[in-house]
Order: sequence, then C-alpha cells, then structure tokens
Amino acid sequence: MAAAGLRAMVGVKRVIDYAVKVRVKPDKTGVVTDGVKHSMNPFCEIAVEEAVRLKEKKLISEVVAVSCGPQQCQETIRTALAMGADRGLHVEVPAKDYENLSPFHVSKILAALVKKEGVNLLLLGKQAIDDDCNQTGQMTAAFLDWPQGTFASEVTVDGDWLKVEREVDGGLETVRLKLPAVVTADLRLNEPRYATLPNIMKAKKKKIEVVKPSDLGVDLTPRVKTLSVEDPPQRQAGVKVETVDDLVAKLKESGRI
Amino acid sequence: QSTLVIAEHTNEALTPITLNAITAAKRVGGEVSCLVAGTNCEKVAQELSKIQGVAKVLLAQHDLYKGLLPEELTPLILAAQKQFNYTHICAGASAFGKSLLPRLAAKLDVAPVSDIIKIKSPDTFVRTIYAGNALCTVKCEEKVKVFSVRGTSFEAAPVSGGSGSLEKLSAPSPVGQSEWVGQSLTKSDRPELTSAKIVISGGRGLKSGENFKLLYDLADQLHAAVGASRAAVDAGFVPNDMQVGQTGKIVAPELYIAVGISGAIQHLAGMKDSKTIVAINKDPEAPIFQVADYGLVADLFKVVPELTAALKK
Repeated sequence: MAAAGLRAMVGVKRVIDYAVKVRVKPDKTGVVTDGVKHSMNPFCEIAVEEAVRLKEKKLISEVVAVSCGPQQCQETIRTALAMGADRGLHVEVPAKDYENLSPFHVSKILAALVKKEGVNLLLLGKQAIDDDCNQTGQMTAAFLDWPQGTFASEVTVDGDWLKVEREVDGGLETVRLKLPAVVTADLRLNEPRYATLPNIMKAKKKKIEVVKPSDLGVDLTPRVKTLSVEDPPQRQAGVKVETVDDLVAKLKESGRI
Repeated sequence: QSTLVIAEHTNEALTPITLNAITAAKRVGGEVSCLVAGTNCEKVAQELSKIQGVAKVLLAQHDLYKGLLPEELTPLILAAQKQFNYTHICAGASAFGKSLLPRLAAKLDVAPVSDIIKIKSPDTFVRTIYAGNALCTVKCEEKVKVFSVRGTSFEAAPVSGGSGSLEKLSAPSPVGQSEWVGQSLTKSDRPELTSAKIVISGGRGLKSGENFKLLYDLADQLHAAVGASRAAVDAGFVPNDMQVGQTGKIVAPELYIAVGISGAIQHLAGMKDSKTIVAINKDPEAPIFQVADYGLVADLFKVVPELTAALKK
C-alpha cells in the first residue's frame, strides 16, 4: 500500500469534561448531564492529533472525524476539524437511544462507516472517561477482521505495515500490524494541540455529513442493561499527624507496618 | 453453567491476576475451566491444574502464540467455545485481558462487560464508571457473558489443592495479520505494583525522576512497590507501567503512601480502595487529604528521608 493511499478515520466521543465532578442522579438512573460542561474525550483528542500528524507528514491523505450521539456531538466534531481533520461524519442517535448506546453499537457503526468510506486506518482513544469501557477499538477491529494496536504510545508507518509500540502492564511492547488496522491511543502517544482561532474559523467551513444508524444497517436494541447507578462508598478523611514519629506510631498501632 | 478463564502468563509463570479471575469465575457458579495458550507453557498448565476449583485446563502450544496476540488467540478461544459451549468467559482486566476480551466478544456477537468489581448473580455485575465516581450495576442477557475482572476486587484463588484434568487443543490456522516484535519490560527487584501489600507513589511534587530515589529507599525499608501519578509519568520522571489511576493500574494494598500527589479524581480511582492511606504533601488543601487516614502536611524532601531513617531504627 503506497503511503499516500492511506486514509484515516478518527472516532471522537463527547463526554462530561474530565475536570467536572460528576453527580449521581437521585433516581439512580445515571449521572447528571444537564448543564454540565462537556468536551472531547481526552483519549480521542490524542487519536485526532496522531491522525493529523500523520497527515502533516504526508503519510495519510485524509482524516475523517466521526461522532455518534445527539446534535451536540457536532461541537465535538468541530473541535476535531479545528485540530486538522478534513471533514466530519455525525451519526445521529436520538437522546432516547443514546442512553443505551454501548461500545457494541458504536463498533458496529464504525465498522459500517469504515467500509462505506473505504478508509484503511481507524484511530480511536483507548477508552472513554465516562463509561471507562475500553472496548470500542478492539470490537471494531473484530467486526472488520482487522488487526488491532491497542494502548499505543508510538505509531510508525512501515510500507504496508504499521509498527505500534504499546503500553502494557510490565512496560512496553512492540507489534507489527498489516494494514488496514485499528489503533487505540494511550496517554503517551502525543500531546494534542490546541485549536488556534484561525483554525477554529476554518473548521466552520468544513463539511459535516449527518447519517443515521439505520442507514448503516445498525440495530440499536440495548445489549447490556443498566439497572442502577449509585454513589460509591465514601472514604472519610482521617487525621493529620504533626511529625514523622507520630506517623510511624500510628502505622504501628494500626498494624500496617 | 460453566466458565472459561483465559490465563495470562509469561510461559514461565502464571500472572497473578489470573488467580483473581478464577475466584470471580467460581463466584459465577458452575464448572470452571482455564485456557492457556503459549509457545512453551506446559508448566503453567500444570500450575493451573492445581488451583483449587479449576476442573479442566485447555492447553494450546504453538509458535503462533508468541506475545499472546489477540488476533491469533481469538480463533483459538472461539474453537474452544464451539466445542464446550461456556456460558461465561472471563480474564483479568489487565492490558492483556482488556485487549483480548472485547475482540473475542465481538466475534461471538455479544457485548462484553469490562472491569467488574462484583458479581451479584450470573448475569448481573457491578463496575465503576467515571473514574470510580459512580458504581453501575448492569444486567447482561447475552448468550455468552464475556467479562474482565478487576484483580483487587476478588481474592486470589488458592494455588494448591486442585486436581484439574488437562486437555490439549490444536491451533487453528494462523491469521497472520500481526507480529509480535518484542518488549522492554521494566526490571525491578521490588514487589509488583498490583499485588504488593504496601505501595508508595510519587507525584509531580517529586520534581524529577532522580528524586524518586527517596521513594525507592523508603520502599526498601517496607518491602513496598513504587507507583506514580499520571502527572509524574507524563513529566517523564518514571515509566508508564508505574502509573496508578483511572487509566493506569488499579491497586488496593494494605498501606498506600501518596507522596507529593495532589489527588486528582483520576488518581484516586486507582487507589481509594487501599485499606490505609497516608498522604504527604506540603499543600494542606490538597484533595488527597480528603481520602487519607493519616495526613502529614510537610515538605516531602525533608520528611521522606526522616521516615526512611525512622524505619531503619
């Protein structure tokens, strides 16, 4: 595969901003989202940045940014466009269905879009910081029968192959994947850029196409049902100690050392 | 009802989180089998067959399984599933399990459940969302329940007393889409982070990688593992495998000592189930003090060496 023949799709998820302290709804059906600041999932930002860098190095020819969800997802797509993605795809999922949209459905949608658009590199974040599932990249790869480079900290294009350095429990691991492939971004892959004002203005002119899951033949029947969402047990703050000797005494008293 | 646990190992030894996954599998009820695939892992299969509660061990040895690539393991597990019809398939929620299980689930056309912390019934699981800021109970009605298990939430299964049978599986034909090139693992004589009884973690307050020596010296006195906050890893002080938090490792030791860590929610997600938490930070307002059993507001560069010296006595 000639490098210029590579076209990338990037998934971007709109999530509650990482700095917001989430609150569980009193009826235990979920967390409060109304009036709460939302942003692009930080791992998706890293995936967008990587795609844009590969394009800047002329290793890929086009970057398509995709988001699934209600109307507001278009803001997230605009952010990706301002970072340098070429065009957007908004898979419109009404709020009612969005509540039960799981990585399983998103993976089916992404796999269908990848085929429709004929892209050969799919870059995603390793996990979304809302549901913390860490599934979409792996499942999309399976639906497409593509190899997967999860938790990537370095990606190198090597002819028809990708070399991916991965963050694993004991350190780092390197794999080679035959293109087309799915890569999921870990924290150390890059540092995403901030969109500059001129680029934000330019992004407003870029195209966002709207598609429906039914157009892609994806069934949104809920797969895993949420029975309840509750507050975790709270830890009580303990005591302040004044000196190292006090600390050692307390730890000995409690049998921890 | 029957559960298959996918074993994680190095060919030499079983990775400890597999023992936690086996306990979760036993909690589901029904027969528990383990699948071990590798290049030369007969020893691991023997080890697995002695674990209490493991009825059967499926062993597949082939060069294909070098590096335990998910692309090659998936067809093997699918073949085992076709033969034995498990109702549940699980593994530890480690980098290995997290990478493999969703791929497997998609191939079975089922939605998986990640990183469970509790099993309420064979189809109902509890997991954390929003960096541990909420607990979510989910019901999975899929024909096969595929789930990964948070190691710190389940005891390790006893490694002796079992007498499981051993059955060899032949390897399906290679997929050939991926190759394992190599790994660079961090070498350490200290206990492993996720299974250590005492963990000492450093944050941005350490100011440099060299200064982590203060923590290593303390760790040597306590036979502790050393971890880090994301800020310390991102700053390049220490390697990624030391990161404790929402997107790093989850630990729940008997004693957790947070040094120079402010306590962002993403970090708390990785350690707040520790039995006793000590925080050392010069900023009295640092959020870490809200979860600490014992807080010491002080300059770490002064008190950490003092603590090391006090423990030497």
